[in-house]
Amino acid sequence: MIQAGTDTGGDALSFELLLDAIVLGMLVGCFYAAVSIGLSISFGLLDVPQVAHPAMLLLGSYGTYLLGRWGLDPLLAGVILMPIFFLFGMALYRGFHEIFEKRGEATGIGSLAFFFGVALIIEVGLIMVFGVDQRAVEAPYIGSSITVGDIPLPIRMVVAFVVALLFTGGLILYLAKTFTGRAIRAVAQDEGALKLMGVDPVKIKQWAFGIATATTALAGALLIVITPVDPNYYRLYIGRTFCVVVLAGPGSMGGTLIAGLILGISESIVLTMFGASWAQAVSFGLLLVVLGLRPQGLFGR
Amino acid sequence: MKSILRAILLAGLAVLGTLAPAQAQQPIKIGMAVSQTGTLGGGGRAALLGVKMWVEDVNAKGGLLGRKVELIAYDDQSQPSTTPTLYTKLLDVDKVDLLIGPYASVPTAPIMPIIKQRDLLLMSNFTFELNRDLKHDKVFNNAPWTNAENLTGGMFDIAVKAGAKKVAFLAADQEFTQNVTAGAKRIAKRLNLETVYEQIYPPGNVDFSAMIRAIRAAKPDIVFVASYPNESAVILRGVNEIGVGDSVKVFGGAMIGLQFGPVMENLGSLMNGVINFTSYVPEKTMDYPGVRDFLARYTKRADEEKVDPLGYYLPPFSYAIGQMLEQAVTATKSLDHKVLAAHLHKNEMKTIVGSIAFDALGERAKPSVPMVQFQNVADKNMEQFRQPGKMVIVAPPELKSGEAVVPFEKARKK
Repeated sequence: MIQAGTDTGGDALSFELLLDAIVLGMLVGCFYAAVSIGLSISFGLLDVPQVAHPAMLLLGSYGTYLLGRWGLDPLLAGVILMPIFFLFGMALYRGFHEIFEKRGEATGIGSLAFFFGVALIIEVGLIMVFGVDQRAVEAPYIGSSITVGDIPLPIRMVVAFVVALLFTGGLILYLAKTFTGRAIRAVAQDEGALKLMGVDPVKIKQWAFGIATATTALAGALLIVITPVDPNYYRLYIGRTFCVVVLAGPGSMGGTLIAGLILGISESIVLTMFGASWAQAVSFGLLLVVLGLRPQGLFGR
Repeated sequence: MKSILRAILLAGLAVLGTLAPAQAQQPIKIGMAVSQTGTLGGGGRAALLGVKMWVEDVNAKGGLLGRKVELIAYDDQSQPSTTPTLYTKLLDVDKVDLLIGPYASVPTAPIMPIIKQRDLLLMSNFTFELNRDLKHDKVFNNAPWTNAENLTGGMFDIAVKAGAKKVAFLAADQEFTQNVTAGAKRIAKRLNLETVYEQIYPPGNVDFSAMIRAIRAAKPDIVFVASYPNESAVILRGVNEIGVGDSVKVFGGAMIGLQFGPVMENLGSLMNGVINFTSYVPEKTMDYPGVRDFLARYTKRADEEKVDPLGYYLPPFSYAIGQMLEQAVTATKSLDHKVLAAHLHKNEMKTIVGSIAFDALGERAKPSVPMVQFQNVADKNMEQFRQPGKMVIVAPPELKSGEAVVPFEKARKK
């Protein structure tokens, strides 16, 4: 019997299964990085406890679904939604800044409750508009596979992998090479110094939060390409996205990509070789070990 | 002094006299908690609409025992931790007369101690083997199954007839799916089937490619799947992308989601060939008196309330709960839980989902779970499911409306 940790019908099959698990784990891992990268900016760089990030992701999925009903490709829909999400993110940050940051309560329980509230409003709003049933999109790359080596790979996962990789890479370059990108990283290190340089840190943070929110539009499109969604689906991603960001170390974009891959591959291997009950336990166990050895995360400073 | 006392007594009697008719006019309160948000929200809202429609119908006929019926329904948010509080509130604050259970076992299980301790009648709503150990004599389940064996047994019978010897199990790591899979394993053992693959997956898994490939490598005759809606969709996509191989004679079993209109519309032709449990489908063998009329009225309401437009799985059975309460209360002229429970045990109830008789545990005396095979299903067409022939009942014999197509690859092309 082929079962977690038992006789897998021979070493060859066992090796094949392991290879399968690693390759598919890489695809899923890259997707995890894409859905977490925005949180890495908002939580990792700006210190904003953005627990509504996965709910924003779901909003991106539903936006994609809505545009898909007019015949738009899901990924194109994700890109079209990005500026709208960017503006929404800027407005959300402004509200957060006025209510909490100005009073010096940015990281307190109140701000955490604020973002939980935003997540709940999004969930209830989605239920009211779309109902509670699951929604899916259609695209030529959903529902077929390509064979790489001996491994058949669903094209939707490969597309998600490529887009996630380009997307994350682009964001890393933006933060490293552009003036605004460097200003965003600077605001995370020393807000006071930025003020002395004549830059308004609030404006930079608002811009950065807009970018973080805009990422959820495309990541949400990737989510609905991979799996159908329903209004409470975001809850599954609260743990995962924070796990990736904390594992990577706050603010490390490249680290987010690697942490996503580590999480995806380890989940996939554990699921295939040892069984489902261990899959999430091992992911979070890994997080605990890393935090024990490197409290700043794998790539945090 | 005497005259003052007499005056007070008379005044008191007068007050009582005016109160008595008012008391008689008070509505009969029926309380329930049902998921309107969260993972069970889709089914819960549709189920609630079924109950609401019965309340409206019974009130239009003049109510029960000459009193209007009032429904008090709270959202349990699909969280089992909320139901004990909500039912305590229904009982102690709202002072309801009768209780209907939440949708599904998980939110119902935590209220069972309250029901047992207070010796109450509970019309439970699509629960699964919930009263097996508690053995409370006042719990009645409206679902058409009694245990895991009769929930998915029909699929195994078809497979064995087609010569199946090897089985693969793929199940979600959650309570219902694990219980059903345990039952399916008992069936496999009884039928001397060899288990060649077994995998439990965590909720929210987004890719099943590796598992489907491993199933194909194990060459099973039966692939038994017990999954929740999101994963059911991803699994069927995976089967289409990767393929489960030519060895597979039957595929399916307990895939949740394939009973709900929006999911069925999304999946379309991907469901072809899958054999799966359900509760009601519009085949001629299930054309019970009143069910078509109910569904026609339900469809109009479903659009307004943004719930499952087909409403086959839960709403007719929720409506049936109301019908059973109505018959028991009318026949006994009582709201006493003991009297009503005794009546429900002794008598066969007439409902829009057929006649229902209960066993000692309040489960169906004659379980009859339609096992359907999806045939000739087209993409993106909700209306096709309103016609017979798309969800053909292939077991049990008393409900059978067509023949199962095997093997699975051949059936997929139908």
